[in-house]
Amino acid sequence: MPCLPRSLLRPLAILVLGAAAFAAQAQSTLRIGLAEDPDALDPSLARTFVGRVVFAALCDKLFDIDEKLNVVPQLATGYEWSGDGKALTLKLRQGVTFHDGEKFDAAAVKFNIERHKTIPGSNRRGELAPVSSVNVVDPGTVRLNLSAPFAPLLAALTDRAGMMVSPKAAQAAGDKFAAHPVCSGPYKFVERVPQDRMVLERYANYWNKAAVHIDRITYVPIPDATVRLANLRSGQLDFIERVAPSDMEKIVKEKKFKTASITEIGYQGITINVGKSDKAKNNPLGRDRRVREAFELALDRQGLVQVVMDNEAIVGNQWVPPSNTFYAKNMPVPKRDVNRAKALLKEAGVPNPSFTLLTPTTSDAQRIALVVQAMTREAGFDVKIQAAEFATSLNMADKGDFEAYVLAWSGRPDPDGNLYSFDACNQPLNYAGYCDAETDKLIKASREVRDVNERKKLFEQIAARVLKERPIVYVYHRKWLWAYNPKLTGVRNIPDGLLRVQGLKMGNGA
Amino acid sequence: MAAVLPIPAAEAVAAPAGPWRRALRRLVRRRAALLGLAVVLGFIVLAVFAPWVSPQDPIATSWSAIRKAPSAEHWFGTDEIGRDVLSRVIWGTRASLLAGVVSVSISLLIGVPIGMAAGFLGGWVDGVISRITDAFLACPFLILAIALAAFLGPSLTNAMVAIGISAAPIFVRLTRGQVLSMKVEDYVEAARAVGNPPWRIALRHILPNITAPLMVQATLAIAAAVIAEASLSFLGLGQQPPAPSWGSMLNTAKNFMDNAPWMAIWPGVSIFLLVLSFNLLGDGLRDALDPRQR
Amino acid sequence: MFDYLVKRIAQLLPTLVLVSMLIFGLQQLLPGDPAKILAGEEQDPAVVEYLRKKMHLDEPLPVRYAYWVGGVLRGDLGESIRNQQPVLDLVVQKLPVTLQLAAMAMAIALVIGIPAGIVSAVARGSIWDWTANLFALWGISTPNFWLGILLILLFAVNLGWLPASGYVSPFEDLWGNLQAMLMPAFVLGNAIAAVLMRHTRSAMLQVLSADYVRTARAKGLDEKTVVLKHALRNALTPVITLGALELGTLLSGAVLTEQVFTIPGFGKLIVDAVFNRDYAVVQGVVMVTATAYMVLNLLADLAYFAVNPRLRH
Repeated sequence: MPCLPRSLLRPLAILVLGAAAFAAQAQSTLRIGLAEDPDALDPSLARTFVGRVVFAALCDKLFDIDEKLNVVPQLATGYEWSGDGKALTLKLRQGVTFHDGEKFDAAAVKFNIERHKTIPGSNRRGELAPVSSVNVVDPGTVRLNLSAPFAPLLAALTDRAGMMVSPKAAQAAGDKFAAHPVCSGPYKFVERVPQDRMVLERYANYWNKAAVHIDRITYVPIPDATVRLANLRSGQLDFIERVAPSDMEKIVKEKKFKTASITEIGYQGITINVGKSDKAKNNPLGRDRRVREAFELALDRQGLVQVVMDNEAIVGNQWVPPSNTFYAKNMPVPKRDVNRAKALLKEAGVPNPSFTLLTPTTSDAQRIALVVQAMTREAGFDVKIQAAEFATSLNMADKGDFEAYVLAWSGRPDPDGNLYSFDACNQPLNYAGYCDAETDKLIKASREVRDVNERKKLFEQIAARVLKERPIVYVYHRKWLWAYNPKLTGVRNIPDGLLRVQGLKMGNGA
Repeated sequence: MAAVLPIPAAEAVAAPAGPWRRALRRLVRRRAALLGLAVVLGFIVLAVFAPWVSPQDPIATSWSAIRKAPSAEHWFGTDEIGRDVLSRVIWGTRASLLAGVVSVSISLLIGVPIGMAAGFLGGWVDGVISRITDAFLACPFLILAIALAAFLGPSLTNAMVAIGISAAPIFVRLTRGQVLSMKVEDYVEAARAVGNPPWRIALRHILPNITAPLMVQATLAIAAAVIAEASLSFLGLGQQPPAPSWGSMLNTAKNFMDNAPWMAIWPGVSIFLLVLSFNLLGDGLRDALDPRQR
Repeated sequence: MFDYLVKRIAQLLPTLVLVSMLIFGLQQLLPGDPAKILAGEEQDPAVVEYLRKKMHLDEPLPVRYAYWVGGVLRGDLGESIRNQQPVLDLVVQKLPVTLQLAAMAMAIALVIGIPAGIVSAVARGSIWDWTANLFALWGISTPNFWLGILLILLFAVNLGWLPASGYVSPFEDLWGNLQAMLMPAFVLGNAIAAVLMRHTRSAMLQVLSADYVRTARAKGLDEKTVVLKHALRNALTPVITLGALELGTLLSGAVLTEQVFTIPGFGKLIVDAVFNRDYAVVQGVVMVTATAYMVLNLLADLAYFAVNPRLRH
């Protein structure tokens, strides 16, 4: 075999090396399947959970949370509360820029907090309600002044209320900002086709660019869980969120994909109308707390978890999971006790109480209703199921036009986020209509106190009162179920169910 | 005095078979239509005798038998909360047949009188009715049905009403067309000349003659209505659990296609068979009743 | 002819107005406060109030209708309250997708339906007639969402031949686009195939017994030439006109097909909008669809006239 003529060797080598370099340069893309199409990509206006999944890559926030729900630095490197708890001073990270090149500094933070509070239609007002003003101490330090001490503030700053957008871009775009958001996260916005895809591209000047290894991320909304999984299986997607619990067993057994099963920070419960409208008085369930206690005792929580969630949930009886620091240990999860339930009903004078259980038409909620109907029948309950489209059911709940309602809450890092809006008097999400002056005082106190042990004690007192009245019967805490390409590494299991993109690597050398 | 002519014996001249009997004879000769009829009747029998034919209680749940594959005990397997799929399919026949028949009955009850009024009265009445019918027909049928069902609330009854109303314009148009072409027939002119009031003419002369095309369209419409109910249930707007209906079974089953495909296969096959049979029957009827085909 | 055209256009306008009132009224009757639905999890009362003002929800129905019609006449179909995109933009983005799906479905329907109809008519009463009948009928008898899921499981998951869902623009990747659209177009086209088959069959049967065909046969031409050259051309005319009118059926079918295959087209847009009470989107899309449908109807009728001189009077 003749040797290659010397004159050809050099160009050939260059060609080969060039090809290798080219291959290495080829863009790596991570394709993520979402369970819904996000709404407006504007941190102030955003209303959905799924929007936060995209924000995790697009918009950095002042703080973030880790696997144990601890607050960790992101755009802010440190914080300090004033003595009286009415001022929070934040130290900001240096050298951070927005996607349009603008500098991130205290003035930008001031702009953003004020934008969150004032822009019409903003959903962040409630989270930042106690913040009365923001002071720029120096370009690297900012102080938030509060009208009253507010412990959940830090947790709020780990979510959308703490996301920072470029002031220049926000001012230029006005309320059309969502069409082309400009933030300071690891990826910048490229394009969005509603109901089709969102494309983000690596931001070259990200402050933590060493942790970013993938060039592009594409988010694809696919509402049907079966189809989402089919896409993962056929290789069109690399990562899917909210896998159907019934599919998990097979995926885990197949060993073709990696999985994650993370207990959420929210809960699944049944809200009972105890005072929202006349329906409460006219029904034994709403009228008599003994009937509600009997109802709870007739439930087999583990059975529900098994049948409805294929064991991909953990039982709970409070607004936070039993593993949470602020879980009130004085009120453990009750065991099922049908006999005691029957005795209670006899005592209350209603051996066969009948009520209507309102459920949205999502398949989870309907399964819960069916199983609850069957379980409580053993204690003498006659549960009628009324299904309504989600929009309609929300309307009915809001008007108090229900007796019991199957409702879940996605959860917030601070327990106050799962408690205040639901159990304090006249709050927008208090569909149960529960209102107790003493509980209100305790909840208010739990928001103002910063010491963890003191808060724990307060939550125990609140639990003792609220769980006895049972405006909401908490049933279980679902798990975030993810499945993804085994070549993807660096996935962190954070309980808020959002995929963090820093540290993700795709296979060999991406 | 007229000569008495011999009157032929009655049996020597057979009375000519009426149009219905001729049509029936033609229908019987079409094997496909007969097959369709047989299957439809079979489903009707299943629906009527469901409590006796069904092996188990369709709403009896069983925590230990969740999503079990077909076996000797459960011929079609079990669903996501342990109910026997075969029993649910049998009982579901009632809902699907009901959905088909009631929806179309509603369409006929609304559509035929309006169509007759439009065709018979003519003038501005016809104009208004035609414009409204056009408006309804211009909206995609399923969208109308979805909006109506969402408005009325998810339930089998409301789904039937929604489908019935959405499909009525088709019958308005059909009836109107038939009436228009019949208005100029001699016997109608004669009836009018004699002094019959319009409603009498409509009921006694026109209606019987348009029954044939109406029957054909109705049969085909039942097929479409069964699918429409399944579609609405698939979106969560039809029969609600725990009552069994093929459409709502498919809605639940789609979440378990991967690990319990039997949950979707049997209701799907049932819908297919029932709808196919109605279509075959309708086609056969059309061929049999079409006066041009001899 | 011209008078007819004028008359038809004059009929079109009041019908469009009626459609607008019908869909507007139906939307507003839907239970549930859209402001609350769109206000997000937190249900902040200030946000709900803001949304109510933005959507003019506190004003009486006729006033809201007037606002909307005024906008439409100015070319502003409103804004999707959910992601704040102008409805017109959404329509322009998604219409081509559904149109492509409909066109491919139609093509598949023609390929299946017309030959089946011809075979059924020519070999009438035989096993071929029966088979062709069944083959085309199964399309109309199978719920399209069920068929769609089964196909996904078979071709995408088990065999891996086609993508499970999604859409890519033909300008970006033509082959990918065709692959993604093949299954949904097939599912959608099935139903139309049956209708086309039936019409082709009856048209062919009529034509085959016509005088000029008997003449052709008497002339000694073989059956194939008789069928293909003489009968088919005349039979196809009404069939193709009919095809244009199937747009309504196509769109109804597209609703669920797009849902199952996650095609970002009109159908999916409408269903999501109804469930989210995104009024502006539903109204805008239905108006566009209804207008297109009626214009197509008109064109089809005109074409029919042009082809068949006996109908002109």
